[in-house]
Amino acid sequence: MASALRIAQSLDPSTSPTSVSRAELSEIDASTKAPALFFLISSVLWLLAGTAFALISSFKMHTPEFLGDYEWLTFGRVRTAHLNTVIYGWSVNAAFAVAFWLMARLSRSVLRHPTLLFVAGAFWNIGVSIGIFGILRGDSTSIEWLEMPSYVTPLLFVAYALIGAWAIITFRFGKSKHIYVSQWYILAALFWFPWLYSIAQIMMIFEPARGTVQALVNWWFAHNILGLWFTPIGLAAVYYFLPKVLGKPIHSYYLSVLGFWSLAFFYNWAGVHHLIGGPVPAWVLSAGIAASFMMVVPVIVTSINHHMTMVGSFSALKYSPTLRFIVFGAVSYTLTSLQGSSMAIRSWSEVTHFTHYTIGHAHWGMYAFFTMVMFGSIYYIMPRLMLKEWPSAALISTHFWATSIGIIIYVAALSIGGVLQGLALNDVENYPVFMDIVELTKKYLLSRSYAGILITVGHLAFAVNFAWMLIAPRAKSSTAPTLFRNPSSMVITR
Amino acid sequence: MNRAPLIFLGVFLALAFSWTGIVLTNQVAYGNLTPIYDDAEEKIFPEATPGVAQRGQLVYQDLGCIYCHTQQVRRLGYGSDIERGWGERQSVPRDYIREKRVLLGTMRTGPDLRNIGARQADSTWHLLHLYDPQITSQGSVMPPYRFLFEMRKIVGEASPDAMNLPSSYVDGTPLPPHSVPTEGYELVPTERAKSLVAYLINLKDTYAYPETFNVFPEEEAEAEQSEAPAEEGH
Ligand code: HEC
Repeated sequence: MASALRIAQSLDPSTSPTSVSRAELSEIDASTKAPALFFLISSVLWLLAGTAFALISSFKMHTPEFLGDYEWLTFGRVRTAHLNTVIYGWSVNAAFAVAFWLMARLSRSVLRHPTLLFVAGAFWNIGVSIGIFGILRGDSTSIEWLEMPSYVTPLLFVAYALIGAWAIITFRFGKSKHIYVSQWYILAALFWFPWLYSIAQIMMIFEPARGTVQALVNWWFAHNILGLWFTPIGLAAVYYFLPKVLGKPIHSYYLSVLGFWSLAFFYNWAGVHHLIGGPVPAWVLSAGIAASFMMVVPVIVTSINHHMTMVGSFSALKYSPTLRFIVFGAVSYTLTSLQGSSMAIRSWSEVTHFTHYTIGHAHWGMYAFFTMVMFGSIYYIMPRLMLKEWPSAALISTHFWATSIGIIIYVAALSIGGVLQGLALNDVENYPVFMDIVELTKKYLLSRSYAGILITVGHLAFAVNFAWMLIAPRAKSSTAPTLFRNPSSMVITR
Repeated sequence: MNRAPLIFLGVFLALAFSWTGIVLTNQVAYGNLTPIYDDAEEKIFPEATPGVAQRGQLVYQDLGCIYCHTQQVRRLGYGSDIERGWGERQSVPRDYIREKRVLLGTMRTGPDLRNIGARQADSTWHLLHLYDPQITSQGSVMPPYRFLFEMRKIVGEASPDAMNLPSSYVDGTPLPPHSVPTEGYELVPTERAKSLVAYLINLKDTYAYPETFNVFPEEEAEAEQSEAPAEEGH
């Protein structure tokens, strides 16, 4: 019961369990309001667009005649539009919002000149819009994760540089002397991204390297944007919200430091495991495989740290939407990372490489981990920006169940289907005819579409709640936070 | 104590490490591979890609064929690429040095296409397959690329390129009416379709470079193998 009350308190914007005074926090929150809201609104719009592209591509994979006559919506383009909208539209915008908000709070720094940030954000979104449009009209580069045509690169780069610099300035002028682990992750991510992005752009598009060096650069970039941009931002959010909502400190400071450095040093070598068996020097692959195995260290360390923080407070999952999404995300992070390491084992890669299994893995990471953590963060941040509560607990509940069940079905379908596909591909004796393998995968692709519909329902619930919150009038007196159920009723049942 | 500079240094070194290791080292080590001149054949390999095939590659890129097709053959004993007839030998870095954009790919929803020109050189087959994959491969999940073709009125003489569509699929169901030209009309591939097919037919790595042979005497190769059993042997 005590824990239930504590949660109610920690979730209530009008109380603050930390030493930083409430007045100061709300001043900081207020300074982030305009840019954070801008990024969040953009991200939700991109999420809806990305979901639509996702459904279209998913249907096309088992029913190729679906919208088959439209060049702009041919599979190769709409699937690419999906990836780029959910990555550079939804995920990056959400990451910006969360990173800024956390940075300002943790550094105890009022965001200066928020208009500038707002302009940079506008440029970023204009760049992504032109990029997606370019992909649909046929200007895709066909470089995985870097498909947006080269004419938007400068725009995106400048926008990013401004945003990154602003976060660092916010940090620099903060009053806090202590650097919390979330800040480490955010600062590192902000620094790594432009490096990865500029090298990849130069060596693949503007001054292309010769031969398969391009492939190495491609996967060095594409895997690191997951590992050194989305993962740190996601973990930063987990490290902040988990203890925040529970109202107790993170289990171990040292584990979080160890987790950070081991991630920083191992992850960035792991990407080349996407090329196992391919025409690149064998030693790079071996190094990549070794690094992938070493990734077990940061993952286990981080998950122990998170788990130990949760111990004793699991009942809180019944009430807090933020906590539920964040915990779902944190658990997914552990599982998908371990899966990722296993996929670097040569004999396992022989089966799963080139199959739908990889797509399942990618969604486990980007959706079940990162996106769920962002949802959780947004549920916490929005009331503090808007100074009002989420209008509907039922919609939050729908959002949670539809997306979590949806993504579980999604990953299960593609994992099973992918393994069967991979085994069949390697088994010429029993599957000499390629079409039999195509036939074999169809029912899994169909299940994926059903999962996609469920996820779409969740997103719609979220978007409706979000829009409703934006337009709903502010309650006169401060209201209680929107929880899945009311903790006081717990008191009675207990 | 302000630890920000220290953290920053570590963060910098972390990425510098793999940037040097994966990107720079390899760029220096084999970023300047050159073609090989074969005295016997009096030709340079890999051969230059004809212009029409280069244009075809751009079509391949803009339509996103890469999301279902790889272009890399793995060695014998790792996967079954060679057994499936997707190539005579494993792909090596030198195969790709002429390509502006290397399209190795990561998905095999469809077959590997690195040597499609060697196993299917019939442009009529490719055009039919692109127009409607169900004609040549019923049950395929490959999308139709009908928009690469033009349905037009026959003025004067019929075009020599005009497509000859079958009246029904293999299982006997007729082709949908909207995809068959009506009386007085003909169906012709656009330039894009033609260059795409030229690109596909040009895709073949049949030349054997020195590095594609096992250069070690037998025992030495065995010793190598037992040392590094899982390593790709070049
Ligand atoms: C949605 C996935 C998908 C996309 C996108 C796709 N294909 Fe395919 N492709 C397949 C499948 C499945 C097969 C095997 C069945 C068949 O022959 O249609 C195939 C077969 C082929 C074959 C015959 C290979 C062989 O060994 O007989 C060629 C050639 C081909 N595709 C070219 C292309 C080109 C060119 C594009 C882009 C314009 C493309 N494909 C886009 C899925 C795809």
